[in-house]
Amino acid sequence: MPFFTPGDDPGSSFPELLRRIGLTSHSSMAASSVPGHELSIPHATTCVALKYADGVVMAGDRRATSGNLISHRAMEKVVQADRHSAVAIAGAAGPAMEMVKMFQLQLEHYEKVEGNSLSLEGKANQLSSMVRGNLPAAMQGMVVVPIFAGFDLRRSTGRLWDFDATGGRYEERDFVSTGSGSLHASTVIKVGFTPDLSRDEAIQLACRSLWEAADADSATGGPDAVRGIYPVVAAIDVDGWARIDDDDLAARFDTIREEASSR
Amino acid sequence: MSQPFYVAPEQMMKDRADYARKGIARGRALVAVRYDEGLVIVAENGSDTLRKVSEIYDRIAFAGVGKYNEFDQLRVAGVRAADLKGFQYSRDDVDARSLANSYAQMLGNIFTHEMKPMEVEILVAEVGLEEDGDQMFHLLYDGTVVDERDYAAIGGDAEAVRERLAESWTAGLDLSAAIRVGLDALSGPDREISASELEVAELSRGNGRRCFTRIDATALASLLA
Repeated sequence: MPFFTPGDDPGSSFPELLRRIGLTSHSSMAASSVPGHELSIPHATTCVALKYADGVVMAGDRRATSGNLISHRAMEKVVQADRHSAVAIAGAAGPAMEMVKMFQLQLEHYEKVEGNSLSLEGKANQLSSMVRGNLPAAMQGMVVVPIFAGFDLRRSTGRLWDFDATGGRYEERDFVSTGSGSLHASTVIKVGFTPDLSRDEAIQLACRSLWEAADADSATGGPDAVRGIYPVVAAIDVDGWARIDDDDLAARFDTIREEASSR
Repeated sequence: MSQPFYVAPEQMMKDRADYARKGIARGRALVAVRYDEGLVIVAENGSDTLRKVSEIYDRIAFAGVGKYNEFDQLRVAGVRAADLKGFQYSRDDVDARSLANSYAQMLGNIFTHEMKPMEVEILVAEVGLEEDGDQMFHLLYDGTVVDERDYAAIGGDAEAVRERLAESWTAGLDLSAAIRVGLDALSGPDREISASELEVAELSRGNGRRCFTRIDATALASLLA
């Protein structure tokens, strides 16, 4: 059982605790000299987040690719971070998943040690330092660029952030997207966005943006009706994270498909 | 050079135990009661911010009485041990029994080697996937572990509280009945404890991954109504 003297105490930080114990946290992987661009590492792809009247909606496709091959069809890139926030990732799948795991652990660890959870801004800041810790690996081709969104209980509003590979953290006003199909996705959202979208309209817009991204970007997966794999779409409001179920998404994508074929 | 007086080991241990017991007896008691959906912990605690009951891991809760800074130190150590184990192996590998053993080692060590023993008693409770997986471990200031089944009481006047629990506890209580049983055991026949002086938390099987929930004042009022 870990016991520290007051001067040596790692506080409420889980990565710091790992370092004190002598277990390395994910960022130490960066110190090794793996030639990332020569390895074929699965990459993850289009994720979007947008605000609506009562919170935020987040959505991400399920495809991971290695070069020109599809390596996973059911990857979950939009992940619940804690009750009121979620993170979506694009970039090298291995380090990204490890980062998300560490991020979730850190939020829960902090909450348990301190007795209350971090502010939303505090969570974004934590994620920022994790992305920064991954910078050496990013230089070797294993870039991880997340987006972070959640409901700020202190301000009673949804908020969203995007990040760059150096850990730069930028709060966005309306919507944000990341990954190889993000250009198409964000154009769709930009055209359809109004500040007072309802939850339903926001989900519809997010689905539409992923549809268009999948249509134009080979590394973004569309809805897979054959296997029953649909993008991960979730809404976060004052009551917390709620994932939209596949039947609902199937109906929405059917509507989008009909619209597209009648053009 | 002055020679220290000889003190018999029996005497030394007895003095330390008396010292720890005195500290614990000053504090107010808490109880844990098993009900149909899990475990509920009811503590007499006037403070709204300094907690006696808290979450350790998905299915494990911690409760402490005695000196606040000492049991809080143990609580944080428990959270760290559990999170590290879950990180290194799997979330399923974190269990109350091994946590209780680590606590016992630590308390035992401090009791024999340090200047002063910890003036605390703690309870480590785990809610199982099924009813017969529920576990409670009661740890004393000297590292003694007691395995409890249906209910437990720790803190000042715990013996009397335990006797009252033995009389009133029955299998298959629902949450509000279990809280009532705990509250009545804590207050006894000639005392009244108001809801504002209670700290209540449950470990419920139906809560998803994280079974621990605090029952806040409004929820408690409606459960006790």
